[in-house]
Amino acid sequence: MNGDFKIALIGNPNAGKSTLFNVLTGLNQKIGNFPGVTVDKKTGYSKLPDGRIPQIIDLPGTYSLYPKSKDELIVMEALADKKSSVHPDLIVFVADASNLKRNLLLYTQIADLKIPVIIALNMMDLAKRNGLEISVDALSRKLGVQVIPISARNQQGIDKLKEAICNAGKIPLQVESIEVEALAPGLVQKIQAEMMVDLPYVALQFAHQHEQLHFLSADQSDRIEEIEQEFSFHSQKAQAAETIARYNFINEVLYDTITRKIDAKQETVSNRIDKVLTHKIFGFLIFFVILLLIFQSIFAWSEYPMSLIEQLFVWLGEAGHQYLPAGVFTDLLIDGILAGLSGVLVFIPQIAILFAFISILEDTGYMARVTFMMDKIMRKVGLSGKSVVPMIGGFACAVPSIMSTRNIESWKDRMITIMVTPLITCSARLPVYTLLISLVVPDEKVFGFINLQGIVLMSLYVLSIISAILVALVMKYIIKSRERGYFIMELPVYRMPRWNNVALTMYEKVKTFVLEAGKVIVAVSIVLWVLASYGPGERFKQIEKEYQATEFTERYSPEELDRLKASSKLENSYAGILGKSIEPVIKPLGFDWKIGIALITSFAAREVFVGTIATIYSVDGDDAHMESVREKMQSAKDPETGLPVFTAAVAFSLMIFYAFAMQCISTIAIVYRETKHWKWPAIQFAYMTGMAYISSLIVYQLMK
Amino acid sequence: MKLSQLEPGQTGIIKEFTDLEMSVKLMEMGCLPGESIVVERYAPLGDPMAITVSGYQLSLRKLEASTIILQ
Repeated sequence: MNGDFKIALIGNPNAGKSTLFNVLTGLNQKIGNFPGVTVDKKTGYSKLPDGRIPQIIDLPGTYSLYPKSKDELIVMEALADKKSSVHPDLIVFVADASNLKRNLLLYTQIADLKIPVIIALNMMDLAKRNGLEISVDALSRKLGVQVIPISARNQQGIDKLKEAICNAGKIPLQVESIEVEALAPGLVQKIQAEMMVDLPYVALQFAHQHEQLHFLSADQSDRIEEIEQEFSFHSQKAQAAETIARYNFINEVLYDTITRKIDAKQETVSNRIDKVLTHKIFGFLIFFVILLLIFQSIFAWSEYPMSLIEQLFVWLGEAGHQYLPAGVFTDLLIDGILAGLSGVLVFIPQIAILFAFISILEDTGYMARVTFMMDKIMRKVGLSGKSVVPMIGGFACAVPSIMSTRNIESWKDRMITIMVTPLITCSARLPVYTLLISLVVPDEKVFGFINLQGIVLMSLYVLSIISAILVALVMKYIIKSRERGYFIMELPVYRMPRWNNVALTMYEKVKTFVLEAGKVIVAVSIVLWVLASYGPGERFKQIEKEYQATEFTERYSPEELDRLKASSKLENSYAGILGKSIEPVIKPLGFDWKIGIALITSFAAREVFVGTIATIYSVDGDDAHMESVREKMQSAKDPETGLPVFTAAVAFSLMIFYAFAMQCISTIAIVYRETKHWKWPAIQFAYMTGMAYISSLIVYQLMK
Repeated sequence: MKLSQLEPGQTGIIKEFTDLEMSVKLMEMGCLPGESIVVERYAPLGDPMAITVSGYQLSLRKLEASTIILQ
């Protein structure tokens, strides 16, 4: 479906653009990418009263056409490039009525691009409460465009807006706001003539932004540079002059369209809430409690649905083995693909819960306050206030947290946050830690009440935070960025969360995760299954034959025999051979080839370590048998020396390895998806594995 | 006097800017010469600050606020 025509939604951040988009399109929306860039493109379709179905494009929120981030550049590219696939036939400009002056700055810029435009005047109720009286008719007359008062949250005025869209013509009717040529006399005309640009404002924008705009060729850009020198054009001075000229026009427009009832002494509700929520002491205390609540909920609420999903897959697997014809195809389907899928889908509850909270915090306006409070601390280590939330989420799972870094406008801050978030102790490390700790740390109390095992576990959590901060500090000096960091940020007024928006965010994030990360996880699971199920040459047949001998069938029960066979097969499978081949590399860390196999298989996900170790030591690897895994590990002896394999040195070396190593396919997949470049997951993998190797080496060599 | 020198509750009127690049961003956000500013609060650790300008709240770092000269 291509849609009958294209409508772009444009407006300031917090003006209600996304809410209007959701109201117009419902669930009929899709997230893609803008051509050539790493910005999500939300598109959807809306049915008009006259039967036409236009495509609605949600462009990134911005305060002006001069972009502060790469996301915002999209707006200019979509509007100025007529050949662009997202070039709209009509613009719906979403304006916050309670803050009309600043909103109209972007409007006047858009209007000068001469695309038909309608103004959707959002948040009229809030404006009224703030004592503002806006004459919609006067505004419409002065700007020459249709102005429709709406309330996107309460879904009011949407029908009128749709009618206005139907009535909109193909010819732009908006009045001129400023005299563009006067801002750069001569230059504008020359660019217009040479580049065949029909609009003076587009020509001026070319002068400002020719280096960034993708659709201009290198030759064109060089020529513009020459023209600029000829007229000694100073981009920032021209921008400042333009902004002042536009505000002069806006002041004239608003002079008798807005009346403010003097009622200044009444302190706004938002201000009163802020006094508590950003209080010197209570502010941090409340933030801490909210974090605790989120953290607890992610664990507590997801436990039941997660085990339900696991059970469903176990049931599916059993049913499959029972009813499908036995054979390679069934094995691949169940042990490869189905196992891989369950690894993906089991994270859905955690992702949904984390994003529900994040979306509530954002919707209410609290997130902006967290950023405000934490900025100073985070800036010291090269991050920004906006990095706090993703890093906290990292305790649950790095995957949704990395998805939530989208809120960070500064590219450099966002990259550093993405790079360090996987260091935070996620829930997948927990089974590995608990198993190893119970193996080597005595269950004793120090000072009579502090559990030693608990201290070790907590130390691992603290270690993860310290390492994330240190790595961020290093990255701060390595990652280069031409962007100058800003913290000029609107603090939106507090509002009730929109529950359907929360639900939609959850749905969207889960969908993205399942589709995008899922592809990679399933592919790798299949590869791992093949590696663990097949061996070179006739080795597997020989094993089968060996175990059919009477000395085995008489000595062992059929179940025990199966386990022995599986263990022996694993040793001779490609994965086993791989384990043996990496043994020389991991020997200095204290790991043998069996642990090597577990390291390789748990590359898919850290918790796979427990399962693999369980298989290798020939026991069933589910939580109920954890005890026996431990016992087996405890009694495992080195065949040559006869000494125990899992000494304290080996166990701690392993824990440190899992603390730092990037043993998670899902994270690699999501980092690739978020950065749209293999370079970032590659760097991340290299530095984390390197750090893990060196730290484990030090720990093992010191402790052995 | 610079904006960063005001105490919470104090008001001022923007006169000019000392940093051209910053001024472009600030003016886009409604901080124009002649516009009045109320300092609402400082973050618990003393930076950044929150101001009210042209009817809404804006947060900015002190370093950024120090480029705004008041009348």
